[in-house]
Amino acid sequence: MVCEMETDQQIEEMDVEVLSSMWPEDVGGTEPDNQFNVEKPAGDSDTLKEVDIAEKRTMADLKRLPDLLNTTDQGSSQLTNLVKQWEYMQDHAVRLLREELKILTKQREEAEAKELKIIEEHNFETEEPENVPVLDESSDLFRRFKEKKRDKLVGRKRIEIDEEFDTVAYWKQKALSLEKMLEASTERERRLIEKLNESLKTMESHSAPVEELTQNLKRAEGFLHFILQNAPIVMGHQDKDLRYLFIYNKFPTLREHDILGKTDVEIFHGGGVKESEDFKREVLEKGKASKREITFETDLFGSKTFLIYVEPVYNKAREKIGINYMGMEVTDQVRKREKMAKLREDNAVRKAMESELTKTIHITEETMRAKQMLATMSHEIRSPLSGVVGMAEILSTTKLDKEQRQLLNVMISSGDLVLQLINDILDLSKVESGVMKLEATKFRPREVVKHVLQTAAASLKKELTLEGNIADEVPILVVGDVLRIRQILTNLISNAIKFTHQGKVGIKLKVIPKPSFASDNTHKADAEEQNGLAETSVWICCDVYDTGIGIPENALPCLFKKYMQASADHARKYGGTGLGLAICKQLVELMGGQLTVTSQVNLGSTFTFILPYKVAASNDHSDDQDEFSDMVDHQPEPDDSTEGYFQFKPLLGSIYSNGGPVMGNNFLPHKAMLPSPVKLINGNTGQSESVQVENGGYMDDTRLETGSGHCPESAHQYENGNGRCPSKESESCSSSQASSEMESEFTVSSPREDVQTETEVKETSKQPKILLVEDNKINIMVAKSMMKQLGYTFDIANNGVEAITAINSSSYDLVLMDVCMPVLDGLKATRLIRSYEESGNWDAAVEAGVDIKVLENKQMSVRSTNRLPIIAMTANTLSESSEECYANGMDSFISKPVTLQKLKQCLQQYLH
Amino acid sequence: MNTVVVAQLQRQFQEYLVSLYQQGFLDNQFTELRKLQDEGTPDFVAEVVSLFFDDCSKLINSMSRSLGRPESVDFKQVDSGVHQLKGSSSSVGARRVKNVCISFKECCDVQNREGCLRCLQQVDYEYKMLKTKLEDLFNLEQQILQAGGTIPQININ
Repeated sequence: MVCEMETDQQIEEMDVEVLSSMWPEDVGGTEPDNQFNVEKPAGDSDTLKEVDIAEKRTMADLKRLPDLLNTTDQGSSQLTNLVKQWEYMQDHAVRLLREELKILTKQREEAEAKELKIIEEHNFETEEPENVPVLDESSDLFRRFKEKKRDKLVGRKRIEIDEEFDTVAYWKQKALSLEKMLEASTERERRLIEKLNESLKTMESHSAPVEELTQNLKRAEGFLHFILQNAPIVMGHQDKDLRYLFIYNKFPTLREHDILGKTDVEIFHGGGVKESEDFKREVLEKGKASKREITFETDLFGSKTFLIYVEPVYNKAREKIGINYMGMEVTDQVRKREKMAKLREDNAVRKAMESELTKTIHITEETMRAKQMLATMSHEIRSPLSGVVGMAEILSTTKLDKEQRQLLNVMISSGDLVLQLINDILDLSKVESGVMKLEATKFRPREVVKHVLQTAAASLKKELTLEGNIADEVPILVVGDVLRIRQILTNLISNAIKFTHQGKVGIKLKVIPKPSFASDNTHKADAEEQNGLAETSVWICCDVYDTGIGIPENALPCLFKKYMQASADHARKYGGTGLGLAICKQLVELMGGQLTVTSQVNLGSTFTFILPYKVAASNDHSDDQDEFSDMVDHQPEPDDSTEGYFQFKPLLGSIYSNGGPVMGNNFLPHKAMLPSPVKLINGNTGQSESVQVENGGYMDDTRLETGSGHCPESAHQYENGNGRCPSKESESCSSSQASSEMESEFTVSSPREDVQTETEVKETSKQPKILLVEDNKINIMVAKSMMKQLGYTFDIANNGVEAITAINSSSYDLVLMDVCMPVLDGLKATRLIRSYEESGNWDAAVEAGVDIKVLENKQMSVRSTNRLPIIAMTANTLSESSEECYANGMDSFISKPVTLQKLKQCLQQYLH
Repeated sequence: MNTVVVAQLQRQFQEYLVSLYQQGFLDNQFTELRKLQDEGTPDFVAEVVSLFFDDCSKLINSMSRSLGRPESVDFKQVDSGVHQLKGSSSSVGARRVKNVCISFKECCDVQNREGCLRCLQQVDYEYKMLKTKLEDLFNLEQQILQAGGTIPQININ
């Protein structure tokens, strides 16, 4: 066995040894019975409560275990190791003894030699002790010898003295006795050696290693028990059919015979069992130890994860005879690990999200900044440009020769174009940055269409027929953002006119069922309806059609893109910013609708937008009726509101051919620049026909009139209206009439006189009444001083509500209205005033929370029908754009700071 | 009356006023304002301007109160103050103040408290600066008048 051991690697790898040594020592020691079942720590589970393993019992097939040990490599190597170790120790002891013996022998020989020498040389008796010092301290043994010797010498001395000293006999005798002593000593020595040898022999044979081995084994076994008893570890040995031969720390409820001789699959059921068995088999086949983590899901102990180590076991012939396996329960660790992994994953996801968000925020901020910047820039450009164009327009009112005028006209129209572009950009950025808010106001679609057409007709210089056609089912009054709708219509109409050279341009309104794209909005609409508003939604489809040049199909897709026109050629030929349609589309979409286009080259295009509106409660309408019935003179108004068809035919007069190139950029419904009276006068306030006829050249209202001329009823209405028309309307007519006479609408000076003579008859004595609506004291002070210089006085209102109250109680010829004011801003105030003018009542204002003395209402209602010129005073900011002023019903605007010059111009235009 | 002294004062006045324009303290609106001043209202500009400065001081105080509460800045209130200030400064031609107001308003629109506070400081600084400058200017005016001279009409452009 020892030999075999030595052929085995002496220094086997530690872990292998440790792992394999576990059972052999347990088993090989003695009586495995005892050992395995002795220490059953009851309360070992405190650290790992779920772990039942602690309760497991170990057991073994005792008969087979020694067998196993004897037949397997590991088993025998274990034992041989122990034996070898013991032998080493014994060998060592023997070697030590031998060395000692050698030294002793040597010393003895030396001593003998010395003695002999002394005897031979001196031939006299020497005292023994003298020899001693040499070997004195070398060993106890020697001392013992020495003493023995001495004893003997003493005995011998006595014998020697028999003969006479220094005789031959004496010496003979002495020699003899010495010889004898030597012999005796040699004899003793021999005996000693014998004894030593004997003792060596006994030492060698004496201790069979069993005792000590047992001791060692016991210690090892105790140690292992000590370590393993509480460990969540299962160990086992299975034969090559994977039947258990040995198991340590089995599940407590299983008895030995439940396990031994059975396979995993036979013992357990559930997830992981098969896997572990397969794994064991795999190890067995491959012959290579390996580890794996397997999660068991058994009825017996629930869900537990084990880290399993399996190694194949060989017999001495290097044949596989089974496996050793060791499982450590790592459920907690796995759980923790999974938790960790999940946390880490979550963390990563969160981080990713965070960075994504930061990026988005960053981008948004950047975009916002860019847009803000664009808006600011546009605004910054607009202000000085307005100045340039405004001045140019004023310049055009002076005497110029033909060439100068042409140049100036080009200058003005270019300036206007840039302004329009900037306004468009501002609009777009407003929509895009979400600044633009929609407002819900009641309005009459018919009226809107009519106004848009009127405005377009006013600046039309082509021979086109403009028509409006509104289906009967379209409600009289709907709720929507009329400003934006008007803007869209105006834009589309301008476009249509721009690209149409003959034929007609028109607007068609009809009610349609809810379109499919709106279905996702249903929810919202429903919710709103449920809010108790007595309003129902209606979808109105609006076609803006023309008989123009049309749009090639390939150009349709980019039609609504910013800065795009159907083709570069068109852009050159027709000009424009290329933003108009983009804005329309955005606005329509903002309102929850859809803008589409169909077109045929050379036949025309139709832009269609579908928008949802709420139908205003019917009582509104009846209110109106009541109101109107009070005002007999204004009977036409309600008629107007139900009118379904308008047409504006080209006036075949000469005016259009020479009608002021200034108007070249016709399509701005409200030219942002200078207050031009032309566009301020809405057709709904009548003009005296006589005046128009007399001043045949005047563009705007004349044409409206002519338009209504084709529509006898409405013409009649206007005449009716005109009966009450105050002088100031005529004045403004006349001023524009004057301008047309000058081939320019901006002439204010000389021709005025003529008209004034006609119109001032009624008014000369009267100072115009002006209302300044302004909240800033300093501005008021400055304005006051300016007015004084210009020779006017005025009333002051500090906000929109005060303005409305003032207008309600007194009549004004002109209102200068700050836009941004506390309580009620200028835009809203103007809208309310306009609504009052249209409806004759302050309902809208009251609704908006303005406290109006109703008693005065009716008295004033007559006057209210005249359109009061309202001039905005804007600070030219995003929220105070000229567009907005016009859209809210203001007639013009003065940009702040107000200068004497601006004020003068404005007052002159509106008061004379 | 010492014509030399008057002439000197007048020149000084002119230079000072022009420098105020050149340094951007004032713009044409101030010219407008000066045009409005006549015999009937000899102190018109001074009145307006002092009203303006009173306004400034009040508005700045109230805005600084609003902005002083970091958690609950009432930007609406600040905004209305800035708007007032902007309108006033624009009306009197206090160009620098107006320009600061423009950035102030932008900060206000995005509810940037830090920016607002910075602008508030600037506005405070600018209006005080302008105030001293204009006080100097009015002093010069007074001196000219006392010396028996007339305030020269100065065409800035």
